[in-house]
Order: sequence, then C-alpha cells, then structure tokens
Amino acid sequence: MSGFLRDARHRTWLLLVIATGATFWLRVDSDIGLAAAAGTIAIAYIKGRLIVLDFMELRHAPRIWKGIFETWLFVVSAIILAVYRFGLPAIGSA
Amino acid sequence: MSAIAATPDAAEYSTRRLPGDQDVWIFIIAELLMFGAFFIAYIVNRAGEVDLFNASQLTLDRSFGVVNTLLLVTSSWAVVEAAAAVRGNRAALAPCYLLIAIGLGVAFIVVKFFEYSAKFEAGLSMTTNTFYMFYFCLTMIHLAHVVVGTIILIVMWTNARNGNYAAAHTKGLETGASYWHMVDLLWIFLFALLYLLR
Repeated sequence: MSGFLRDARHRTWLLLVIATGATFWLRVDSDIGLAAAAGTIAIAYIKGRLIVLDFMELRHAPRIWKGIFETWLFVVSAIILAVYRFGLPAIGSA
Repeated sequence: MSAIAATPDAAEYSTRRLPGDQDVWIFIIAELLMFGAFFIAYIVNRAGEVDLFNASQLTLDRSFGVVNTLLLVTSSWAVVEAAAAVRGNRAALAPCYLLIAIGLGVAFIVVKFFEYSAKFEAGLSMTTNTFYMFYFCLTMIHLAHVVVGTIILIVMWTNARNGNYAAAHTKGLETGASYWHMVDLLWIFLFALLYLLR
C-alpha cells in the first residue's frame, strides 16, 4: 500500500475517494446547518482543484490556463456559498 | 533576441506545458462557463423555494450519487495511468487502463439508468417541480457528456491497441483525457449541489 501511495497520481485518487466519503458523512450526520453546507462546498472545491491540477495536469501548465480554471473553481464555489448563506438580494423592493 | 529568451520568465514559460490540443481547452472552458451558469441558476432558484428543494432532495437516493462519484473519479484515475504508461514507454499497458476507464464509464450510465427508472416508476418527472426540473435537466445533459466521453475513450482504446500512442505522440491521448476529466469535474459539483447541499 505504501508503494502504491508513493505515486502522486494514486494519492490524488485516494484523496478524492476519502473526500467523497467525508461529504457523505457531513451530509448524513449533521442534518446540515451552515458549517456542514460550507464544508460540503469546500470539499467540492478541493476535489475539483485536485482534478484540475493533478488529473488535467494544469499544475505545470502556463499560468494563464491554470488561472482560468482556478478562477472558475473559486468563483462558482463562492457564489454557491454566498447565495446559500445570504439568499437573494431583494431586487426592486422599494 | 537570445537575451529575451534567456530571461527567467521566458525559461519558466517554456517548461510549462498545456497537455493535448489547445482547442479542446477552449471547448472545455466554454463547457465550464455553461455549467457554471447552470449551477448558479440552481442555487438561485433554490433560494426562492428552499423548503420545496429540501423536501424533494430527500427523495433522491444519495447512494447512487456516491457510487457514481467513485466510478467517475476512479475512471479518471485510470485515464491518468494510461497517459503515464505511454509517457513512461510502457504503452502496452495503456489499453488495459483505458478499458478499465471505459468499463467504469459504462457502469456510471447503468447506475443512472436504474436511478432514472426508480424516479419514473415513482411518478417523478421533469414537470413534477422546479427541483426535479433541475435534477433531470442537469443530470441528463451531464449524462450526454458521459456517453460522448465514453465513445471518445473507446476511440482512444482502439488507437492504443493499434500502437498509435508513444512517448513522443501523446497529443491525441491527452486531448481525450482532458475531456474525460472535465466530465468528472462537472459531476463533483452536480453531486454536491443536487444530492448533498440542503
């Protein structure tokens, strides 16, 4: 097993499997709440980043390409969390 | 000219490399922007009908979501291993890894078939409510990507079997692999939004 984990690709896969289990546990045991919701979104962000950097191999790509994907991950995760927490702005209610 | 090439930035840029065909990355960015808009549309609609979304979400079987996540993540890993095998002059192993990836992709489609069947048998459909409209639309659009990705993997497997990939010829393999990893990436967020976030 330690030989298997010496390889970064295998470690990334194992982290993704563990993170999937962690999300499931968070959802089932905590009957949500803001912390569990934030944890769920944070884990999706971390899993997405592992896929982008290690599976898509953008860790060593030109910065502009890596930056585009990092920005997408951050912006989408941040908007999901913000709308979950604060709801919608009351547009047009004077 | 040589002075410019010798600057640290230029040297660093030359060592940084985008795998596969640049055009597929443009396509992937377009897909991410489209799905990003879908994710935001989902969370915004949810904010307007929180109780309905939470109640509807309880009718989903999270086990299906977890199994499908593990299938796609492991399939992505097998594709990464295929690329590593080709680069490491072990190209003979690539068809084996790609076959594993194809099998897991097909398994994802089969799991989705059973999941949809259970929903339709329970009388649930796209017109049941807003949550189910999003659930069916988003997962079906994603499923179409899984089907296309699995076909691409089969083409890659055929190429690998025919010895078309080698350490110096990885572009086609990397291009198909990038698409498959995108399918995995999108599912990670769909799983969190549809199955977990209440």
